[in-house]
Amino acid sequence: MNTPAKPIDPQQSGQPFTGADAVVAGLKHQGVEMIFGMIGGQIMPVYDALFKDGGIKHIIVGHEQGAAHMAEGYARATGKVGVVLTTSGPGATNLVTGLADAFMDSTPLVAITGQVSSGLLGNDAFQEADMRGITMPITKHNYQINSVEELPEVLAEALFVALSGRPGPVLIDLPRDVAVAPCSRVLAAPSAPTGYKPPYRGHPLQIGRALKVLRTARRPVILAGGGVVSAGAHEELTALAETAGIPVTTSLMGLGALPADHALFLGMPGMHGTGYANLALHQADVILCVGTRLDDRITGKLEAFAPRAALIHVDVDASEIGKNLPCAVPIVGDAKPVLKALAQGAAGWEAKPDYGPWRRQIAGWKRRYPMTYAERPGVLAPQRVVETLGALLPPEAVIVTGVGQHQMYTAQFYPFRRPRTLITSGGLGTMGFGLPAAIGAKLGRPEREVFLIDGDGSFLMTIQELATAVRYRVPVVALILNNSFLGMVRQWQEMFYDQRQAETDLQPPPYAEVARAFGGLGRRVTAQEDLEPALAWARRQAAERRLPVVLDVAVQRDALVLPMVPPGGANAEFIPCPGQKKED
Amino acid sequence: MDRMSPISVLVRNETGVLSRVSGLFARRGFNIHSLAVGETDDPNVSRISVVVAGEPPVIEQVVKQLRRLVSVIKVSDLTDKPRVERGLALIKVKAEPARRGELLQLAAVFRARVDHVDNDCLILEVTGNREKVEAFIDIMRPHGILEMARTGQIAMARGRGPMADYWAGGGPDQPEEEATYNLARTSDPNWDGEQTNAFPEREEK
Repeated sequence: MNTPAKPIDPQQSGQPFTGADAVVAGLKHQGVEMIFGMIGGQIMPVYDALFKDGGIKHIIVGHEQGAAHMAEGYARATGKVGVVLTTSGPGATNLVTGLADAFMDSTPLVAITGQVSSGLLGNDAFQEADMRGITMPITKHNYQINSVEELPEVLAEALFVALSGRPGPVLIDLPRDVAVAPCSRVLAAPSAPTGYKPPYRGHPLQIGRALKVLRTARRPVILAGGGVVSAGAHEELTALAETAGIPVTTSLMGLGALPADHALFLGMPGMHGTGYANLALHQADVILCVGTRLDDRITGKLEAFAPRAALIHVDVDASEIGKNLPCAVPIVGDAKPVLKALAQGAAGWEAKPDYGPWRRQIAGWKRRYPMTYAERPGVLAPQRVVETLGALLPPEAVIVTGVGQHQMYTAQFYPFRRPRTLITSGGLGTMGFGLPAAIGAKLGRPEREVFLIDGDGSFLMTIQELATAVRYRVPVVALILNNSFLGMVRQWQEMFYDQRQAETDLQPPPYAEVARAFGGLGRRVTAQEDLEPALAWARRQAAERRLPVVLDVAVQRDALVLPMVPPGGANAEFIPCPGQKKED
Repeated sequence: MDRMSPISVLVRNETGVLSRVSGLFARRGFNIHSLAVGETDDPNVSRISVVVAGEPPVIEQVVKQLRRLVSVIKVSDLTDKPRVERGLALIKVKAEPARRGELLQLAAVFRARVDHVDNDCLILEVTGNREKVEAFIDIMRPHGILEMARTGQIAMARGRGPMADYWAGGGPDQPEEEATYNLARTSDPNWDGEQTNAFPEREEK
């Protein structure tokens, strides 16, 4: 869109090769094809270099937070690094939420922010903000470039750090004088900083111990997290589960690592997890945790979590092991080689342990606490909308969500069958994540259908990115489960605040009309029988007209996300789905 | 009472690195008892010596969180290792001429140096491990301490410790064939003392 008819070769044009040119050349050298960002004063030299080069597609966003979430969606859908470019000051501080989100969910990002010239640093210059200081706690690493000589190495290092080990966001703060300084044409190969050695293979001795523990187990469960997805270890996970016959539950971030229709799959555990996943973890004698932080939404009350279980914990980040719960067999390593080694080990077992009785016990819980929901005539149940979509879309379709009730309905009722098909804000719980992340995902995987399932509260928070979707003709379909409430908070008010609905009654704008005003397509759905035709219409319109489509679906205002473990409660004491009685 | 654990951290000598380390302690609620930073004989590497108060699981987290920082090259927990540990205190104590003799005698017992004398006060300099420095301060207190300045404790393992291997050119970390098991000290044998994993060998990409 902003590519000149003929790329200018800086050598031939007689202009000197600058730090800004080195940024563009370095990114291209490392295979970066797309950048999300917004121009501004101090980053102008880099944008000028992008313009002259013409080799990287740049997406102008409505707000820099949107750029960060788009880069996250792009990275999560493709497994590549997402790159963000903004100016100094407010342009850079607007990235904070996105960087924190990427840090919590281990998403590889590189954010390049403009900065005032080195001579002005620390003088409260116009649009100066200390981005290195601000983002220190929410990035895997960050840099401020002091001289143009170090620029190529820093760039190469930043991409390496973002993608390797436990992935995460990296920020490079680029003062203007460095960007305009003449630079020798060096292209640095990706390299690790001194002392940075992310582990890869787990220790063979520890893997041996883990196999021994698993073999003597009688009630084992595998708890897989986002680390399995980001390591691309889904096949190894399936192989281990099938070889040993161990049931698998996945965290929100791990959904899709094992197909939802797999006989060994238990769904998601934790606060809004399935009753049977929570009971299985509660009764387990061994839990193999892989690539999961065991955060409070999974464990519930820590002391009551899996009281009978010995934990085997596999993580590429050693600090996650033993952080929340004591661990019997720690394995520091990447999920892929470790799960592969475990699967191979289990395949070599002479006398296979018989987990049959355990699987039958779990099957009993599945029959007793199936995932159900309350329906009544005249108004759509939000879960029904998700189920309908799940039955319609192919397995490789990508689902993106915001944060709230709709996110949990999606996790509970959408049948994720492939890794990287769910893109959601897990750790930080960022409302407004959905729309920009969906745009980024679609730009990264244009061949796949990308659906946003959002809430009416979440959608409003980054609605300006509809302009981006229209500008670049990004055909995502946004399905808004509209209950005109900040629903998850309202649910807590109903359950724990004696029904006092403080500031949760949202009267959202007519989203279908808003979408049309932005130049996209929109339709309001209120009747149950209109849902399927509307979904078919949206998919067809998106495919044919290459425009974003908003389906604003009115759903039950008072629906609750169930099952639910009350905050601070023990997982085994979940409130079951409507119509079910909990037995002790 | 929580134990005091001396931890040595080799870091890349770059601006902001102290802020990264101290910010980590503040953010995660780790309790720093003392902190000292200085250059090493490699101008690219600084050594941060930090004494942390905490139970073993907390210290394990401190070590692991430090290792997560990209600027950190090497971390060594010296709690259970034979070590040399030193800190220094300057103490300005009230000393009229009549009391001077007694104070100088006490200083001699602690091998404290006298850095300044006048008719009002003395400045005494004491060097040693934490217990010794604190014992001397306790002895001086009844005499009237006017002013005091202390350095953080620095520590070094006796013998050829893990840090020495770094200087010998062996690089930050060498993979070990067998991890040592010390589950009482840490629940994570792979990470007992030193990083054990070799450079990543991604199979794909």
